[in-house]
Amino acid sequence: MRTAATKDASTKDAATKDAATKVAATGEVATFEVILKIRRNNPEASGEHEAGAGYWQEFRVKVHSTERILDALHTIKWEQDGSLTFRRSCAHGVCGSDAMRINGRNRLACKALIKDLHPSRPITIEPIQGLPVLKDLIVDMEPFFASYREIMPFLMPSGDAPKRERLQSPEQRARFEDTTKCILCAACTTSCPVFWTDGQYFGPAAIVNAHRFIFDSRDDAAWERLEILNDRDGVWKCRTTFNCTDACPRGIQVTEAISQVKRALATHRV
Amino acid sequence: MPGGSSLYKSGTGMWMWVAHRTTGVAVFFFLLIHVTDTALVRVSPEAYNQVIGLYKNPFMGLVESGLVAAIIFHALNGLRIISVDVWEWANRHQNRLAWAVWILWIIAMAGFLPRHLGHVFGGE
Ligand code: SF4
Ligand code: FES
Repeated sequence: MRTAATKDASTKDAATKDAATKVAATGEVATFEVILKIRRNNPEASGEHEAGAGYWQEFRVKVHSTERILDALHTIKWEQDGSLTFRRSCAHGVCGSDAMRINGRNRLACKALIKDLHPSRPITIEPIQGLPVLKDLIVDMEPFFASYREIMPFLMPSGDAPKRERLQSPEQRARFEDTTKCILCAACTTSCPVFWTDGQYFGPAAIVNAHRFIFDSRDDAAWERLEILNDRDGVWKCRTTFNCTDACPRGIQVTEAISQVKRALATHRV
Repeated sequence: MPGGSSLYKSGTGMWMWVAHRTTGVAVFFFLLIHVTDTALVRVSPEAYNQVIGLYKNPFMGLVESGLVAAIIFHALNGLRIISVDVWEWANRHQNRLAWAVWILWIIAMAGFLPRHLGHVFGGE
């Protein structure tokens, strides 16, 4: 099994190498140099920096025009400075690990193409704001997940479990389709000026995930969740700045979802 | 940015919110002053007249223009915010509504400013 897999990988490797040389030969993928200006933070004191003090560091990287910020971060970590610290897992916009502030906006590093970021000027990369920085681009996500857990992000049907699946019409499904796409990357919550100044605010992501169950016809605990979001730190703290909608890498209409929750509370109707 | 983190580069939404806050606070302080000076009339009509007299100079005339500008913006954007929360279409097109707010604001100010400044600088 194992050998087969390695063999497979090596043939694949050879194939990609082949493809790479071919492309290079025809000169289709351009390479260029970019400067990444990265906000760093080391919890341990070093010769130059105090423990936990933030500072900027610039790196020069050669990149292909097809590459993303995540690839450039990899290049830095693997070839220039192994101490650079960031989270990533899937590298394809699915796991939600690598939200960061790129050129002043929250983006997933694995979805941000370098060539779209005005690479002639230095590209700034910072940790997302409003959560405690642990090291470099890694923040403590626990407060974020705590808010998420509080809205009870699981199906809560009443009555006995049916013998067959719980049916739902396409129209019923359509009501919460948009909010099922969330990957909990926190790009929205940490783009919100209300959250920056008041970490107690539930934040867009928790509300999005509450929305996903509140408007699900199979769920019967909509009012329990709405009660939670009716709190002082709940949905009414939203000031409709639309930063979250702009930041969401899944294209979720975050502010609209929040407004729907507000409306449900205001009209007592789900 | 040299030391700290960068400014968040958001779209119109956040800047409309900032402007809404700023004008809101400005109008609040005006109301505070206004309530105080109006209350003065009960204490001493002479003092009241004196204070109101103070307002009748070009500088205060300009401050008044700023105040009206703030109130009109705050009112129009308030309507935008309400519609964003109650109306799906408005939520999707908040950007365009922000432009509508500014256009209406310019129209209103174009109607108000010439008259007002005529009063302030031209005498009655
Ligand atoms: S709503 Fe969008 S931005 Fe917010 S956590 Fe989910 S995927 Fe990320
Ligand atoms: S690494 Fe998984 S979303 Fe970017």
